[in-house]
Amino acid sequence: MNAVLNAPVYDADVPAPEFKPGPAGTHITIRGLTKYFAGWPLYENFDLDIPKHRIVSVFGPNGCGKSTLINMIAGLIPIDSGEILFDGKSLKDTKIGYVFQNYREAMFPWMRTIDNIAYPLKLEGRSKAEVDRRMAELVASFDVKFDLNRYPYELSGGQQQTASIMRALAPNPEVLFLDEPFSALDFEMTLFIREKLQEVFMQTGTTMMLVSHDLEEAVYLADEVLLLTKRPTKVAEILRYEDPRPRTTATLSEASFIAAKKRSLEIFQREVRR
Amino acid sequence: MEAAKPWSPPAASGAPTTPKKTDWGKALPFVGPIVLFIVWDLVVRLGFIKPILLPPPLDALGALLGGLAGGPLLGDFAVTVWRTVQAFLIAAVVGMPLGVLLGSNEKAYRSVEFLIDFFRSTPSSALIPLFLMIFGVSDINKVAIAAFGALLIVVFNSAYGVINARKQRVMAAKVMGATRWQVFRDVLVWESLQPSFVGLRSAVSMALVIVIVAEMFIGADSGLGNRIINSQQVMNVKDMYASILAAGALGYALNVLFLVIERKIVHWSGR
Repeated sequence: MNAVLNAPVYDADVPAPEFKPGPAGTHITIRGLTKYFAGWPLYENFDLDIPKHRIVSVFGPNGCGKSTLINMIAGLIPIDSGEILFDGKSLKDTKIGYVFQNYREAMFPWMRTIDNIAYPLKLEGRSKAEVDRRMAELVASFDVKFDLNRYPYELSGGQQQTASIMRALAPNPEVLFLDEPFSALDFEMTLFIREKLQEVFMQTGTTMMLVSHDLEEAVYLADEVLLLTKRPTKVAEILRYEDPRPRTTATLSEASFIAAKKRSLEIFQREVRR
Repeated sequence: MEAAKPWSPPAASGAPTTPKKTDWGKALPFVGPIVLFIVWDLVVRLGFIKPILLPPPLDALGALLGGLAGGPLLGDFAVTVWRTVQAFLIAAVVGMPLGVLLGSNEKAYRSVEFLIDFFRSTPSSALIPLFLMIFGVSDINKVAIAAFGALLIVVFNSAYGVINARKQRVMAAKVMGATRWQVFRDVLVWESLQPSFVGLRSAVSMALVIVIVAEMFIGADSGLGNRIINSQQVMNVKDMYASILAAGALGYALNVLFLVIERKIVHWSGR
């Protein structure tokens, strides 16, 4: 299995080159997903296609299971029934990265920050030289200004979350899941990490699924905004937002951005009232 | 140039005020012991308690220091330390791995939980006669019963450390592709370290208590417990109080030692 996983590592853009393509442009295919919580359906026969090389923001009413959705796709929560395929492969043949909201409890405080970031590479059994090369790459692309030899608890919240995004990206995952990655950060750090994320996305084209409770941030980063209904959860609408990258603060006042945000808000409010 | 002159007086007058405050703060821990010694001294001096039951504090302290500085008390002190260390090492070396293993397999832990809780709640001194039957009146007996009492504490704390490991760290490792063994080695063992240290610290105190009790009542010819009971029987109260103080100092020192080691090893604790 390691040989299969290692094969595409040096080429971040195309995770599995030889694989037969599914429906054009689709990366993650979800079919008939069903999940019950305490006897009540949260998801029932839920179908969804997540496009490749795109950022999809997940947005919806409280308790509709935004995080649960990406947790089920990422395999953190078991599903009752249904099928989730990544380019036709199952999860265990797919390399994913996951960024938690609570970075404090996601990093390992007994390891130095640099070892935290290198941990997934070590799990893959990479040689020291490979690990070092990849770490140098990451440090360069994130333009890290803080000391990675410190322990995570010695860093600020934003630095810790930056480190945990670096850890998630270290093995060049095919998909990156982000569960409200900014909600524990102050505004300044949120802006900084948002830009970093966009830069990384433009460099690598890694498919990303982002759960956010901040509509502006959800739209700003997204190629598609996935709007969900109240439970039992369905897709309310998938809204495309196609302004070119890099998006900047100027983007926030452009008509197309405001229109996309307004439209999302309308759908959201319609679903909340329903 | 002119600014230099008026600048120095405030520095001079400011300097004494700050150290004064910190000095008082640092002195606070000594207030309790000093008050105790004064009360102790007055009680003896004013004849509330006969000197044959309670020696003046300076006499007791003198006996303690004299005894520890090469006197016979030192030998008994060393014997008690050695027995406690042996018992503790057995408890730690067996208990920590056992606790971590039990904790990582919750079904296994649930099935022995009652036994651990029951014997943890049983005063170990109540088991002394039982251990006497097994090991006889020997040195091994004292170490064995102390090790037994300490072991249960270590097992309990290590197991709970693993059971209560932060679920999110386990999930983070799993999502990065860690196998069950890797999750155990890289997350669970580390997560259990802090509660394990709490267990080790309680265990060393427990070991000391049981060793002292065993030295008193299981035909010992050495150790602080033995010394305390012997001097009590010949009414050598000075030596008795010196031995009691030595036992107290030993317990306190062990506790501090473990706190320091814990802070060094579990450096992330509380952060």
